[in-house]
Amino acid sequence: MSLKAKDINESTPWRDMTLGCAIFEPMTSAAVNTGNWRTMKPSFIEEKCKQCLLCVPVCPDCAIPVKEGKRTDFDFFFCKGCGICYKVCPFDAIEFKKDDKREV
Amino acid sequence: MGIRERLSGNEAIAIALKQINPDVMGAFPITPSTEIPQYFSQYVANGEVDTEFIAVESEHSAMSTCIGASAAGARAVTATSSAGLALMWELLSVAASARLPITLACVNRALTGPININCDHSDSMGARDTGWIQLYSESNQEAYDNMLQAMRIGENSKVMLPVMVCQDGFITSHAIENIELLETEKVKAFVGEYNPENYMLKKENPMSVGAYATAAYYMEAKRAQAQAMIDAKEVILKVAAEFEKVTGRKYGLFEEYMMDDAEEAIVAIGSTAGTAKEAVNMMRKEGRKVGLIKLRVFRPFPMKELAAALSHVKAAAVLDKAESFSACGGPLFAEVRSALYDCGTRPLMVNYIYGLGGRDVMVENILYVFESLKEIAAAGKAGETYRYLGVRE
Repeated sequence: MSLKAKDINESTPWRDMTLGCAIFEPMTSAAVNTGNWRTMKPSFIEEKCKQCLLCVPVCPDCAIPVKEGKRTDFDFFFCKGCGICYKVCPFDAIEFKKDDKREV
Repeated sequence: MGIRERLSGNEAIAIALKQINPDVMGAFPITPSTEIPQYFSQYVANGEVDTEFIAVESEHSAMSTCIGASAAGARAVTATSSAGLALMWELLSVAASARLPITLACVNRALTGPININCDHSDSMGARDTGWIQLYSESNQEAYDNMLQAMRIGENSKVMLPVMVCQDGFITSHAIENIELLETEKVKAFVGEYNPENYMLKKENPMSVGAYATAAYYMEAKRAQAQAMIDAKEVILKVAAEFEKVTGRKYGLFEEYMMDDAEEAIVAIGSTAGTAKEAVNMMRKEGRKVGLIKLRVFRPFPMKELAAALSHVKAAAVLDKAESFSACGGPLFAEVRSALYDCGTRPLMVNYIYGLGGRDVMVENILYVFESLKEIAAAGKAGETYRYLGVRE
């Protein structure tokens, strides 16, 4: 038995589950929306950003995508609103406010 | 046939493990199971096994070590008792739910409170709902034989559950008895190698173990685990039948002693069965139709089989070497009496809590129970069902 994660969903009968809920592929957490835990929300102010990239390695998840050497806007599918990026930014390029809309 | 020896129960387990030569042992010493990792670490030091012996800082880590090793694809073993088993508690459930067929030698000892190092079944009975298969042993021979069968049961692809091989602390673990060992090459042929279908070090099929299951998946995982326990019964009997072919020693879910025409019966677990057999023999000489059921397999619980074996009896006493503080009896009593609920005719039943914290049970105690059963059968009513045996009133 080595079903892929995509083959198991909320209508899968118990007989068709993997043994001990084992998962047989890497990176399956990429499909899980963990951004919906958020109560605080960072916002990216691009014009203040010097692309120093200090924020990228301190993000405990993968909520700050980097493209061609530059950070882009937050990926709120993963951002839990921990605020570490906001704390570390030397240029006030990240605002951190209560997440009212809870958009993901 | 076999090698005649005289060994303590702990030595018997250690030698069984030496003959099996498992991949990993993670263990922490605790009375009365200490000797098992102690003897085994000598085999490691002497190069008699090539097991990786991992000396850990606690039983929580011992079971964690076994979980990691087993998930990686290794055959992992440990041994513990009492508070050590209690400290493993969290991981016992993890091992079972991750479907890792770890083998644990449990040398039964009372749980602390008051502090006590002697035998009762409160440790493994407390762990009865963690999803482990539980095999209980009357003697050193049975402890050895159960250990040789444990891996074949747990590692069966229909089962994939951890197995606890229990024996009575000090009573069998430290007492030296005659024993017949199987030749090592026959042990290796019988037990075989552990070849799981999937394991973490299998590079062709990478896997993650111990996933988070939300409410949408947890119940399905538990149902599958429950099925493995249901299916384990047939595997236990199949392995026992093969073991009998190799050794001539017969095992089942329980042993029936003088039960065919028995009118009064005792149900017990572990070394007490030996004492009870002596009492049965004495009463049989006096013409009393008494018998004994010695439970070997407590998980999975042989409900239908026990009901069939006990339904013809007039009165039965279930002996519990553990309290459950239900205020109405011990764990074995609750399950045995429940097993008989569906029977058209069933015995009057009482429970005796006995032997807690190493309190000796003697033939006289068992004879007293049979006398009580005679009175119950004659009166046609059980009276108080929740009783203590051998306590000062």
